[in-house]
Amino acid sequence: MKTVLWKRTILAGLRGFYRNRTVSLSSIFILTITLSIVTSFYLLVAVFNYTLEQVKEKVDVRVYFTTDATEQQAIDIKAKLLGLNDVKSVTYTSREQALIDFKKKHVGDQLTLQALDELGNNPFGASLSVIAKDTSRYEAIADQLSDGSGLLGDSKGIVDKVNYYQIKDSIDKLNSIIGWTNTVGFWLSIIFVLMSCMIVYNTIRLAIFVYRDEIAVMKLVGASNMFIRGPFIVESLLYAIVATIITTIIFFPATIWVTQKTVFFFEGLNINAFYTAHFIELTLTLLAFGSVLTVMSSFLAVRKYLKV
Amino acid sequence: MLYFDRVSKEYENGNKVLCDISLTINKGELVSVVGHSGAGKTTLIKMLLAEEAPTEGVVSFNSDDIHLLRGKDMTNYRRKVGVVFQDFRLIPNKTAYENVAFAMEAAGRHDDEISEDVPHVLDLVDLKDKMHHFPHQLSGGEQQRVAIARAIINRPEIIIADEPTGNLDPLNTYDIVQILKKINDLGTTVILTTHNKGIVDNLGRRVITMENGRVTRDQKSGKFTM
Repeated sequence: MKTVLWKRTILAGLRGFYRNRTVSLSSIFILTITLSIVTSFYLLVAVFNYTLEQVKEKVDVRVYFTTDATEQQAIDIKAKLLGLNDVKSVTYTSREQALIDFKKKHVGDQLTLQALDELGNNPFGASLSVIAKDTSRYEAIADQLSDGSGLLGDSKGIVDKVNYYQIKDSIDKLNSIIGWTNTVGFWLSIIFVLMSCMIVYNTIRLAIFVYRDEIAVMKLVGASNMFIRGPFIVESLLYAIVATIITTIIFFPATIWVTQKTVFFFEGLNINAFYTAHFIELTLTLLAFGSVLTVMSSFLAVRKYLKV
Repeated sequence: MLYFDRVSKEYENGNKVLCDISLTINKGELVSVVGHSGAGKTTLIKMLLAEEAPTEGVVSFNSDDIHLLRGKDMTNYRRKVGVVFQDFRLIPNKTAYENVAFAMEAAGRHDDEISEDVPHVLDLVDLKDKMHHFPHQLSGGEQQRVAIARAIINRPEIIIADEPTGNLDPLNTYDIVQILKKINDLGTTVILTTHNKGIVDNLGRRVITMENGRVTRDQKSGKFTM
């Protein structure tokens, strides 16, 4: 009997979806717009996170060694730094590499290069570039490096300077931006979800309002509440499925267009590639979001007219 | 079978539409309820369908107080009552066949039973050739015949027809009344509300006359008198 009931419910839902094409199309249209807003927000967050990550990658604390420090001493300190929980990576730049990098940077500046030649020997010390797992941890790392009894121990004499205090303001500013964006992002997500809920609920409510007299008749001919609700829930699920398909299809050319327009701006970020890479995850999220919203809305909207 | 025991209905605005109604309708009767507009006929019918609850008194079917029925019990009661409305109230996006089949599906009947019974009942109301038409493709009389087919498909114990001929021409009116009479002859209780003097006088069955929410006359074999 249950199989028969399922079959009848699904068939009635499919039939209703097809026969009430105007209501179905308008509901799908509104739902597609809502899901497009959700997708745009998702992509916007991805772009923002990528940009923030790029900025974070550019921030580091540099430990400059004196010219008489040996490579082995610098590598020992690198190993000690990598042992710290807060450190993500440490890159060693030798004295020779520092000289090459300097020359490359000043390739057109003859005066500086001549001055360098006149010195006769390499004036640059080796250095370590330290990247923290979290930007808020740079201060703790810098403290370890500046404290003689801390990480450096007896090697303190070979450290020329640690540049954290020169870039402290920039790091603090970055930390406050990250904190601020997290808070704004959280509230924006809440607002978007609430807005989507309201739009979808009202769309489904309007679609079902058209059937209020029919629902009353169904009750009067002895249909149970679930028997009446079933086809409306199937129709709502179909709205969500079709709207998800349309939204995900629309975003293919849309992300290609946006990528073409922004490729110079977001160096290295291809929004279309990101969209394609996250396609399945995004489709399933939209489908789940749309289905839960439409089914809940239809359940609540029909309930109002079942009180006969 | 159906009992109204000192039933009154007063709306919140103080409008009293039924006053102290006591009635018994027995199994197999054909009862016409007549009265002017606003006499309380429709409220009486709505109480039988549990669309409205009385403010005083009890409406019972056999020994059950209709207005105390909930959930499955209410659904089961409604399957024992077939309803025909003045405005037909067919489901517009379902064909004549599907409208009738819906009542059977709702009652959990088997597919084989549905495909056998629905054409048979539509044949009884002379609509077999139009069973795949949608309501908007049928005339008023045809729509009302579909509504009757829907009402009788589950072999209910009672048929309630609220002004079933109100929107029909004399020829269709005659057809509908003949169908209702035939249903009654087969043993189903029929309760009919109408304004039509001709119908009531021709039937020659029990007539309940209502005025201002009260039963003013209840005749075993009556005529339309107001």
